[in-house]
Amino acid sequence: MSENDQEIQHPAPFPRYADTSLIRGKFADTIQEIIEAIGEITLVVRREGLIELMTFLRDEPSLRFDYLSDIGGLDLGEFASPRFAVAYQLYSLDLNHRLRVKVFLEEDDAHLPTLWNVWKTSNWLEREIFDMFGIVFDNHPDLRRILMPADYEGYPLRKDFPIKGY
Amino acid sequence: MQPKEIVVPTSSISMLRRPDPLADTQMTVSLGPQHPSTHGVLRLELVLDGETVVNAIPDIGYLHTGIEKTMEKEKWQQVVTITCRMDYLNSMGNDLGYCLAVEKLMGVEVPKRAQDLRVLLTELNRLSSHLVWFGTHAMDLGAMTAFFYAFTERERILDIFECVSGARLHQSYFIIGGVRWDIPENFPALVRDLLDRFRNFLDECRRLVTGNRIFQRRTKGVGVISKKDAIDWGLSGPTIRGSGVNWDVRKAEPYSGYDTYDFRVPVYHDGDVWSRYLVRMDEMEESVKICYEALDRLKGSGSVMADHPKLNLPERDLMKQHIDVMIHHFLLASEGFTVPIGEVYQSIESARGELGYYVVSDGAERPYRVRVRAPSYVNLSALPAMVEGQLLADVVAVIGSIDIVLGDVDR
Repeated sequence: MSENDQEIQHPAPFPRYADTSLIRGKFADTIQEIIEAIGEITLVVRREGLIELMTFLRDEPSLRFDYLSDIGGLDLGEFASPRFAVAYQLYSLDLNHRLRVKVFLEEDDAHLPTLWNVWKTSNWLEREIFDMFGIVFDNHPDLRRILMPADYEGYPLRKDFPIKGY
Repeated sequence: MQPKEIVVPTSSISMLRRPDPLADTQMTVSLGPQHPSTHGVLRLELVLDGETVVNAIPDIGYLHTGIEKTMEKEKWQQVVTITCRMDYLNSMGNDLGYCLAVEKLMGVEVPKRAQDLRVLLTELNRLSSHLVWFGTHAMDLGAMTAFFYAFTERERILDIFECVSGARLHQSYFIIGGVRWDIPENFPALVRDLLDRFRNFLDECRRLVTGNRIFQRRTKGVGVISKKDAIDWGLSGPTIRGSGVNWDVRKAEPYSGYDTYDFRVPVYHDGDVWSRYLVRMDEMEESVKICYEALDRLKGSGSVMADHPKLNLPERDLMKQHIDVMIHHFLLASEGFTVPIGEVYQSIESARGELGYYVVSDGAERPYRVRVRAPSYVNLSALPAMVEGQLLADVVAVIGSIDIVLGDVDR
């Protein structure tokens, strides 16, 4: 590998990514970190106050994240602390910008409030994360396994789950 | 609950005057997983009151193959062979989304010719995917002939895929950094021949199905979802554009040079099965337009692979002269290449909607995590909202109109 490819030239970020200056001060307790990398913005937030933050992001006229694209789970490994991360990909249909909100969770306290009342999309997306990672979404209207059989044991996308299954 | 009596004309035989045991009771019917109109292995638990759907509970996972888990064990470049197996009708689009995500992580610029090829082939794939939808959707509603017309035409598109990549369904033709190899000589002629026929073929389809009164009455006003609900449920693709939302990832966040193509995004406002049907039919015409333009740009020649030391094997002559080049070749072939640490979310417009890849790299030669935002999965989650209060027979029409692929839903 050549040594001069450390300076990676990324193409200009398109679409525009959201302007986060507005929420920085308003949710100082909830937001832990704002990361800008590879043309994308990630908010690392605490679980407490997540619903308030998301509702604000959805309703604030200058942000208007009316569309929840995706919720992705992430297992950082058996011995990592915090072990899990959940990444929400938000999108604004009107303003055409994106934002990623990330929450880290400890293994023995893998709970998150459901966003069912903010975006209905979260119904199945949260069920899938529960199914694959065992992260529980409190107050979810219908938290059952979705892809795996109802009587299945284990959480397939965790890193300590063997690839051939049990 | 007290059973109701059947009201029969007084002239009828008095023997029939007995209480109907089924009145006022709800019946649960299982639709699928082997039902042909569920387009795969979808099972729906329908709670019915007479013929009206009270509640619908989708039961999925029959086709779950753990693709996201398998991706974590493959090398970066090998993952391309799995992505196309998720949404098997739109395989080129699946490969494209993954390649774009990894290229964004690596900061690789794909050559112009490869981008044009990618656009051409994904649009052809969109055509073939919409043809399967058209045929099966019409067949679900009783129009058998349309199915044969659509599949005959789709066969010609698959022939083109075979000509360019050697495979008909799981092409794996797009790889990180470009496309696998350049097109064969007879490729442009084949595509042009197909496109020249295609407009006429679409007119034929419109005459066959669009003007059909039975088809219109089965679809107009059925499975309505409002603009607000469509956004709230996260619908995407033709399904949301049938509800009046003008959103196409190709226009909103252009990739592979889509911003340089001249095309229109068809939008209809009624939010019913009929609107979604019209959106897809118009979309096919726009795809043909894009294909023509991409085909014109493919004249001449050029590189189809990014000039990046990690993505290309070194030249054979150099390899025989220099030991370091030899080592580089050996490492690339045996261990693969690494991708810088980071995470990206890249979405594209697949034939079904927003297909997103959330790729996380820890700097190793395999992806740490690839999360796929499958458009069918999210679209299907809104199905109960669409079919509640509809007739049982209309459920089939609604399933057809959101055009799910169960491989994409279950992954």
